[in-house]
Amino acid sequence: MMDADGPVAAAIAWWVSIEDYLPSFLDAAWLAFQLTLVIIGLTWVFGLVVALAKTSRYRVIRWPAELYVWFIRGTPTLIQVFIFYFGLPQIDIRMSPFAAGCLALGLNGGAYVAEIIRGGLLAIPKGQMESAIALGMSPWTAMGRIILPQAIRIIIPPLTNEAATTLKNTSLLSTITLVELTLHAQLIIAATYRPFDFYIIAAILYLIMTSVLTQIAAWLERRYQLRY
Amino acid sequence: MSAMAGGGDPLLRVRDLRKSFGVHEVLADISLDVARGEVIAIIGASGSGKSTLLRCLNLLERPSGGEIFYAGEPVDWRRPPGFFGDPAVQRLRTRIGMVFQSYNLWPHMTVLENVIEAPMRVKGLPRREAEERATYLLGRIGLAAKRDQHPFTLSGGQQQRVAIVRALAMEPEAMLFDEVTSALDPELVGEVLDLMASLAVDGMTMLVVTHEMDFAREVSTRTIFIDAGRIAEQGPSVEVLERPVNERTRRFLDRVLHRRGGVDREAAVDDGR
Repeated sequence: MMDADGPVAAAIAWWVSIEDYLPSFLDAAWLAFQLTLVIIGLTWVFGLVVALAKTSRYRVIRWPAELYVWFIRGTPTLIQVFIFYFGLPQIDIRMSPFAAGCLALGLNGGAYVAEIIRGGLLAIPKGQMESAIALGMSPWTAMGRIILPQAIRIIIPPLTNEAATTLKNTSLLSTITLVELTLHAQLIIAATYRPFDFYIIAAILYLIMTSVLTQIAAWLERRYQLRY
Repeated sequence: MSAMAGGGDPLLRVRDLRKSFGVHEVLADISLDVARGEVIAIIGASGSGKSTLLRCLNLLERPSGGEIFYAGEPVDWRRPPGFFGDPAVQRLRTRIGMVFQSYNLWPHMTVLENVIEAPMRVKGLPRREAEERATYLLGRIGLAAKRDQHPFTLSGGQQQRVAIVRALAMEPEAMLFDEVTSALDPELVGEVLDLMASLAVDGMTMLVVTHEMDFAREVSTRTIFIDAGRIAEQGPSVEVLERPVNERTRRFLDRVLHRRGGVDREAAVDDGR
């Protein structure tokens, strides 16, 4: 029969051969997504603090922030992950792979987010802060009510890129025994010897997740643009 | 406290105020008394220090030396601003309004939100009260209908008048105007000056850095000419503007009034020579 050798039949056969593995891939993808959400939250917290610190008029606040950004941007992300998971236990600081991974990538992304936020803050004309404090606002009230709401509009697009980068960076955590999507694919491949099939599947799942993030960001962007 | 200091005491007293940016001295020994209800025009070439003087008065710039007294109380500008700001300085700023050349309205807020923001956040006014006051003030300048629009939909003159109302909503005792008509198209200057003139009539204490010599002559009670960071000449506006004693004042006025051309220019030249 022609059908038995045709491309449709081949596709069906291929699907049947991977179908059983899909639920476990979805679980691994879900773990990667959870990691991503936690890490993104951390990058925003670290990023905001460091951005404000870098714009501080006090050198004792500015200086550590600059050192931090310099270190993070100048060293490989993988080395930073290793320092947290393999390095710190040597000085008796022990963390689960999940905690070490989140902290390492959170601090890593934080440095980049800090630069994004700082750029957004600097893009707001000086007169906006001046008119606020001339009315008696404290600098912090002015920051929260006048500057940040305007800066958010500017920083959402680059922040989206950074979120996608964070998601992709979670694959580095496969090296510290976290069975997220990448390590899961490797384990399945070790058992099945089908690297092409399963790396493609992992890639597709990453692609779906980054697309979801981008869509959320696009929605946020529209929402904040409507305001003015 | 201000009642105690009232009477004959000036609202604002400045003594030997100095300000340098690095080695560049912008203000040198400025001394000045401003009585309640006085309207003072501050004129001078660009770079003469007149804007810096205004900005030192509400501590947008920290002076480099000298003393400032507001309502009889010394303003402590020497204390470095703390991590969370300086409450005493913030309180001072609620009593002295300021309007800027570039309006500096907040684009992410509506006109109404611009006006109620500081009364609510700084003075803790309930929203309803703040909105009432804002609506009344916006009505006074004929912009009540624009209250829910964003500033960029307004003309420059309208934006500047909203900026003035935003300052007025804090019920300040004095107002600083920093070249508030310089960024406006010529046909929009009048509406802003009219509003300022009506404030002057209402008895607001005003310090007005301006290039509008007609406004200085007709509205201000006193004109101060600043040259190279010093008060080169001051007196009743008509005196200073029409019969300047100082050679530099004379030359400055010649130059400014030249641009206006016509009768003014001839009058100035006749007076000067």
